[in-house]
Amino acid sequence: MAIMSFIFVFFFFSSLQPILSLYEDQVGLMDWHQQYIGKVKQAVFHTHKTGRKRVVASTEQNIIATLDLRSGEIFWRHVLGPNDVVDGIDIALGKYVITLSSGGSILRAWNLPDGQMVWESSLHGPKHSKSLLLTTNLIIEKDNSLIVFSNGRLNAVSCIDGEVLWKKDFEEESLEVQQVIQPPGSDFIYVVGFAASSQFETYKINAKNGELLKHESTAFSGRFSGEVSLVSSETVAALDSTGSILLTISFHNGKISSQQTPVSNLLEDSLGLAVIIHSSVTGIFAIKTDAATIFIRVIGEGKLEVVEKTNHETVVSDALTISEGQQAFALVQHAGSNIHLTVKPAHDWDSNLLKESIKMDQQRGFVHKVFINNYIRTDRSHGFRALIVMEDHSLLLLQQGAIVWSREDGLASIIDVTTSELPVEKAGVSVAKVELNLFEWLKGHVLKLKGTLMLATPEDIAAIQYMRLKSSEKSKMTRDHNGFRKLLIALTRAGKLFALHTGDGRIVWSHLLQSLHKSESCRQPIGLNLHQWQVPHHHALDENPSVLVVGRCGPSSDALGVLSLVDSYTGKEFSSLRLVHSVAQVIPLPYTDSTEQRLHLLIDADKHAHLYPKTPEAIDIFQSEFSNVYWYSVDDDNGIIKGYALKTKCSGNVADEFCFDSRELWSIVLPSESEKIITTATRKLNEAVHTQAKLIADQDVMYKYISSNLLFVATVAPKASGEIGSVTPEESWLVVYLIDTVTGRVLHRMTHHGSQGPVQAVLSENWVVYHYFNLRAHRYEMSVIEIYDQSRADNKDVWKLVVGNHNLTSPVSSYSRAEVITKSQSYFFTHSLKAIAVTLTVKGITSKQLLIGTIGDQVLALDKRFLDPRRSVNPTQAEREEGIIPLTDSLPIIPQSYITHSLRVEGLQSIITVAAKLESTTLVFAHGLDLFFTHYAPSRTYDSLTEDFSYALLLITIVALVAAIFVTWILSQRKELQDRWR
Amino acid sequence: MEKGKGIMGSGRRWAVDFSDNSTAPSSRDIPDPPGFTRASVNQDDSTVSRQKKDAESNWKAQKAWEVAQAPFKNLLMMGFMMWMAGNTVHLFSIGITFSALWQPISALQGVGKVFEPYKDNKVDLLGPKLLFIALNLGGLALGVWKLNTLGLLPTHASDWVSSLPPAQEVEYSGGGIPL
Repeated sequence: MAIMSFIFVFFFFSSLQPILSLYEDQVGLMDWHQQYIGKVKQAVFHTHKTGRKRVVASTEQNIIATLDLRSGEIFWRHVLGPNDVVDGIDIALGKYVITLSSGGSILRAWNLPDGQMVWESSLHGPKHSKSLLLTTNLIIEKDNSLIVFSNGRLNAVSCIDGEVLWKKDFEEESLEVQQVIQPPGSDFIYVVGFAASSQFETYKINAKNGELLKHESTAFSGRFSGEVSLVSSETVAALDSTGSILLTISFHNGKISSQQTPVSNLLEDSLGLAVIIHSSVTGIFAIKTDAATIFIRVIGEGKLEVVEKTNHETVVSDALTISEGQQAFALVQHAGSNIHLTVKPAHDWDSNLLKESIKMDQQRGFVHKVFINNYIRTDRSHGFRALIVMEDHSLLLLQQGAIVWSREDGLASIIDVTTSELPVEKAGVSVAKVELNLFEWLKGHVLKLKGTLMLATPEDIAAIQYMRLKSSEKSKMTRDHNGFRKLLIALTRAGKLFALHTGDGRIVWSHLLQSLHKSESCRQPIGLNLHQWQVPHHHALDENPSVLVVGRCGPSSDALGVLSLVDSYTGKEFSSLRLVHSVAQVIPLPYTDSTEQRLHLLIDADKHAHLYPKTPEAIDIFQSEFSNVYWYSVDDDNGIIKGYALKTKCSGNVADEFCFDSRELWSIVLPSESEKIITTATRKLNEAVHTQAKLIADQDVMYKYISSNLLFVATVAPKASGEIGSVTPEESWLVVYLIDTVTGRVLHRMTHHGSQGPVQAVLSENWVVYHYFNLRAHRYEMSVIEIYDQSRADNKDVWKLVVGNHNLTSPVSSYSRAEVITKSQSYFFTHSLKAIAVTLTVKGITSKQLLIGTIGDQVLALDKRFLDPRRSVNPTQAEREEGIIPLTDSLPIIPQSYITHSLRVEGLQSIITVAAKLESTTLVFAHGLDLFFTHYAPSRTYDSLTEDFSYALLLITIVALVAAIFVTWILSQRKELQDRWR
Repeated sequence: MEKGKGIMGSGRRWAVDFSDNSTAPSSRDIPDPPGFTRASVNQDDSTVSRQKKDAESNWKAQKAWEVAQAPFKNLLMMGFMMWMAGNTVHLFSIGITFSALWQPISALQGVGKVFEPYKDNKVDLLGPKLLFIALNLGGLALGVWKLNTLGLLPTHASDWVSSLPPAQEVEYSGGGIPL
């Protein structure tokens, strides 16, 4: 018996699929990983003579990073998380990076060389306020100190250990502190702000102990608007809310004296909506309006003088102290395809310390920010380097009139990704830059052979590895037989479209979309998503594929839409449309016209459907399918799901034959007091399903309920929509629905009591897998629901099936009300999730695996067989043969099945799977702040030889065998002859 | 041999023919001895040969029946082997099943040849042949049954629907949470 069970266990384990993992030398063969930091908000240079020169940057994605100033590579990087917004950074004591974050409540010090955290202190205060970080060289109780103003409290913090040395509250309700100033060489601090928007307040505070020395305030007849600009250590400039009066307020020695200058005295025209640019250049401040940037100099006691008015896009840097008492600042202006970088001394507008003109790629847009740093040249003059942040969020270092390096940090904020095929290889056209000649090919194979036969020296092994990694095969610009080479087209938040090559991740082209560019008619354009517009197939192969970019002018849902069509091979925007309606939904239809352009239905906020492309052919195709097209909308705020059919042409409107009215068919109203929609999931449009039947043990068959109109909706109790642990299990529940979106029929409804979101779900074929938190068990859970069509189950007569006398393949309608049964099961799962996806193969034959984006920013592959509702504790023999795994309470996490192996995709947002042409393989692209791409074969590459298969060895074996046959034949002939003569 | 023959052929002087020509009419023109009537001997001989022939045909018929029954043993052995092979698909069971299928088929193809030696005007081979065929068909059936128990025959509904593509849907619906 023991032996039997042993054999059983042995067979069971041998029938399990082998764990898919990589060998160490396979890293980087099919995968690539790119690290980004996002749009830089603030940068501080660290260019001491010793050590490597670096720049510390904080970004809008809440990252602190130090970059190598020579190459732009990341030394170290910390992601502070979505709620931990960085308010300020600085370098203290030359070795600590100080960051103030989370609305000024967390102050941290990081070790500059290696990025380790040295200390952290939390600063709380009486009220919410602006957060200001000021590093001083003040020494309080032998410690170098920092002055931090946050949450209505002024703190002096020790640089060494983060201890709060003293604190002073500013509890006055209406006080808005604008600046904290420490005049150089003094031991007092000015805190400057507005009270009730019309009163100017200064507090003079002893920097040693936080004692209030003096408090002054003056009232101003108008109202202040926005920021103040520091003109000197005891003077600020401000603008009133009408934009007509400029104020210079000096508070020398605590005494406030202000000067009001009407703008009309300085300029002929009024400013309109203007803001003061926050800068710290002594004696000069700048005002920015829509059309122009105006630089104003303060001469003496509040006298103002306009020094320059530029109509170009102009950016000013902060002041940089270059030598004792001398400050410089940088200006960047655009002129055609060039940018002009000018560095001026603060005291003298007319002279330039540096003037350079640099050719700039038009696709980077305008300069958004500039940070400068100086160095001493060998001739003791000052040299300057400038770090600029462009409109597309890229980061460039300029030095000596050239771009030293650039980083495409726009890729840290990808909104949507789609793929495109590469051009077909044409005969006679060599696309690879370096075609290998025969000798090199042979050499490579000989090396490989040596490696296989273990004859290779370490240098050879290195050469082999290099060859494998840099194989020109994978980065060619043509379509390959296996469909591994594709273009990943990514739309970033900056409105730039990137095409990345899947072979090595390089940027093939990038294009700043004109349609998503700020303009008079479209003030706040945002990109929404990407769709494949034209995927040329057999009969339209000479057309280039193209993608549709959908955007809208402004964040509200009724803002007008913007469409643009981009050629995927070249990145050219060949058509761009400003729509006259808003875009609430984009529905790609399953119909294409004769040039393989896909028909799209755009639903606007008034529930009108607009058909694109606007061609007569499209309308003809659409008319023939008109009655079968439906759409639905999920209103997650009110908990209503509504389904619509299309009616006649738009009423009342001018004759627009591409516009259709909608007619409400059904609605599902969820009780708002008990359910709140948190997640929906649908099947991917391009998912291929191989078969409708599922074979189960004993040769039985179950018919999957496969419908592309299936919608998964998860709702939670409104109380439980907050964070995990905010409610007790009794008042928390999770309800999941499977809804047919044509008829509005609820196919399945299930309640998980004591469970809570966030819910991550993926719907594929006839199953849905979702992840949530079980409050009773204090653990995360994953559940699976499989849905089967019971009305087909009586198709069991073999003879009818043999002669084809069945209705299994005839088209089905949702109105036929199939009788469905569902099976479901739940399991514990250790991780919380950031994203979930499922592998996608071209024909859907290969078994599926779930790709799970873990909280640790890695991608874990989990076999779908672990989430099979037919698992039981003791499966029968037949079920075991079928591959059913005995039921366990939790899902295993197999360390080898992390497809990101040792890498992390920081800030993981989503995982995208694309089918390759090879059935066994799926292409996986994970993006967040970082990008990661790899090939993944859920059931191993059963349909191709592995990449390291040695053809040379095979050839040599065959040749050797043939030779051996010949030799033995000759020998045997000779032997026989000799025998005869004997 | 050849050498001997050659010598014999060239140096043939005389020969004694030991063959018994008693039954056959004399080929030579030597008259029969007096009192010897060839006919009576002939008659006598014919009865003897008839008996002999009967015995032979009986023997042949018996033999034919034996041959016809031979597959039965085979059948039993095959059955035993199949039982031993088990019901899982692996090399051994497949080999046995295919040999169990192949043997009857090849036997059936050679039915004529098997019964060739027993062919006689007087022997009725139809019975044995039918038995032989029946037994072999039985063996074939056993093989097919085994094939079926191994699950290699498309006799279940699952075998016919396993690669049926999903049915096309009439309606199409899209949408979701408004952007």
